[in-house]
Amino acid sequence: MRNVRVALAQIAPRLGDVRYNLDLHLRTAERARRERAQVLVFPELSLTGYVLRDQVPEVAQRLEGPVLERLRRACRRLDIVLGLVEEGPGHRFYNAAVYLADGAVRHVHRKVYLPTYGMFDEGRDFAAGDRVRIFQAGFGAAGILICEDAWHPALPWLLAQQGAEVLFVLSSGPTRGARPGRGVTSVAVWHDLLRVTAQFQTAWVVYVNRVGYEDGLNFGGGSSVMDPFGRAHATLSSLDPDFVVAELDGEILRRARTAYPLLRDEDLELVARELARIRALRYELPGEVDAAAQGVARGAPHESQPAAKVKRAVQDRRRGDR
Amino acid sequence: MGHPRRRFVELPGEADLRLDPRETLRILTGFVQSEVRRAGFERVVVGLSGGLDSSVAAYVAVEALGAAGVVGVLMPYRTSRLDSVRDAERVVAALGLVAEKIDITPVVDAFRASLERPGRRRLGNVMSRVRMTILYDRSMAHHALVLGTSNKTELLLGYGTLHGDLASAVNPLGDLYKTQIRQLAAYLGVPRAIRDKTPTADLWPGQSDEAELGVSYERLDRMLALLVDARVSERTLLREGYPRALVRRIVRMIVRSQYKRRLPVIAKLSTRSVGWDFRYPRDWRS
Repeated sequence: MRNVRVALAQIAPRLGDVRYNLDLHLRTAERARRERAQVLVFPELSLTGYVLRDQVPEVAQRLEGPVLERLRRACRRLDIVLGLVEEGPGHRFYNAAVYLADGAVRHVHRKVYLPTYGMFDEGRDFAAGDRVRIFQAGFGAAGILICEDAWHPALPWLLAQQGAEVLFVLSSGPTRGARPGRGVTSVAVWHDLLRVTAQFQTAWVVYVNRVGYEDGLNFGGGSSVMDPFGRAHATLSSLDPDFVVAELDGEILRRARTAYPLLRDEDLELVARELARIRALRYELPGEVDAAAQGVARGAPHESQPAAKVKRAVQDRRRGDR
Repeated sequence: MGHPRRRFVELPGEADLRLDPRETLRILTGFVQSEVRRAGFERVVVGLSGGLDSSVAAYVAVEALGAAGVVGVLMPYRTSRLDSVRDAERVVAALGLVAEKIDITPVVDAFRASLERPGRRRLGNVMSRVRMTILYDRSMAHHALVLGTSNKTELLLGYGTLHGDLASAVNPLGDLYKTQIRQLAAYLGVPRAIRDKTPTADLWPGQSDEAELGVSYERLDRMLALLVDARVSERTLLREGYPRALVRRIVRMIVRSQYKRRLPVIAKLSTRSVGWDFRYPRDWRS
């Protein structure tokens, strides 16, 4: 991985006002260029704001549409990562992030895990993405995750297994107030999560969270860069708009992967085998359940669950279905 | 009313009532600025009762909008406690507010004369709604929004008058329990006399929140935080030593007052109905 200067744009988008937000993006891109950034990262749904509800189809953009066209023209000599509502095939609306480089859309990530609990209702408004892929940027291999995606450890793991050296995490993370010793609650929790993510995947993590207020929600900010040792670089303030350019050093990545060769030692075959077995049992896949149960029988002597027991459990479940 | 037999060894984090007052104030000032300005206003009006909640709301509003952005309105009735007006004036002086004093006695007494033996509870509601009417009028006169002062304890119990003190445009205090507002008040430097006085709606002489509710705010807030924020079961509350009758009564109050926390229910007759599937944020295009 080559060294790369990344700008974190901790902005407060205006809810539902794409024209205003587009202008804010273009102005911020000017600043990033002035400060010699090579990549500029905005938060989740940076082009639209978050509490959209029935505005989702009204603010949705096609990747070949005029708004993206203006942004693509702005990304000469500066790569831009931003969040938007993407209108995909079949008029499906995705909470998506795009990586723009050299006047083109280099990569699209569609949010996989749409939180629909507590104060979140994304499953009602968006279609869920169904893939997690890396892409090649000028500095090396990278992947994008959107907010809740980062709370499902399989996703950063899958990106790292594909070779991602930098993970961009775009977020619209609301807070739940402030407690003594922790400050704004969700910011501290996010930093814990991302530090661990960076360390476990031995990758750089670039986290950009928005600020501002929508319908009483307040978004926490606290954008940050975590190095592959899990150390925070360049953490931004909570709650207020902020901006910083941080240099991601390729040598730090190399040192971390030398000192902690977790990726080298990963046993993909084992994970694939166990996953296939779990999947067969979980979904009672025809023809595969018995094989999965036998897989347990063939397992090591210390295997805790005997095959007969598993088989019985599967049979019980089948009977329960009728 | 004694203490629970045992104290929580492990209080669920969600039920932790302690605040970081500095950061909480940052959130609230940003909230007031954002909500007031995006609606096209620069100013709020706040009814000052001399009590803790309206005082804290005024302090927060001044922090957000400056003294010029806050109009304090004192609306005493002839039976109001003397210290209510005195303490409200103390807040006005401390913050350097523009303030108006409007005696509601003639209006309320005109109501009273036209009603047949309203009783103190109904009359209390009349007072609360007369104050609301005046506040909304003053808000229009000052091109301002009405600042809400209902706290989370009151909202959850429905301990307030619908279309009266529960009415507002922007409420910075609605997610803070009474005991949390006390923490914020101490941080803001709200005068001691206001922080130490007995909480009361002051709708009739001698009224007291804690006497009416039959429980102290400390205990009440702890129960509410466990039930609501931490989703702890009633059974666990009983196991922790809270009396069954009290737990039952609190739960019943929360359930029965749900209507006060929602807009009126509308009969659905179309493909897209207000309140159901016409889903826009309040901050729609602002």
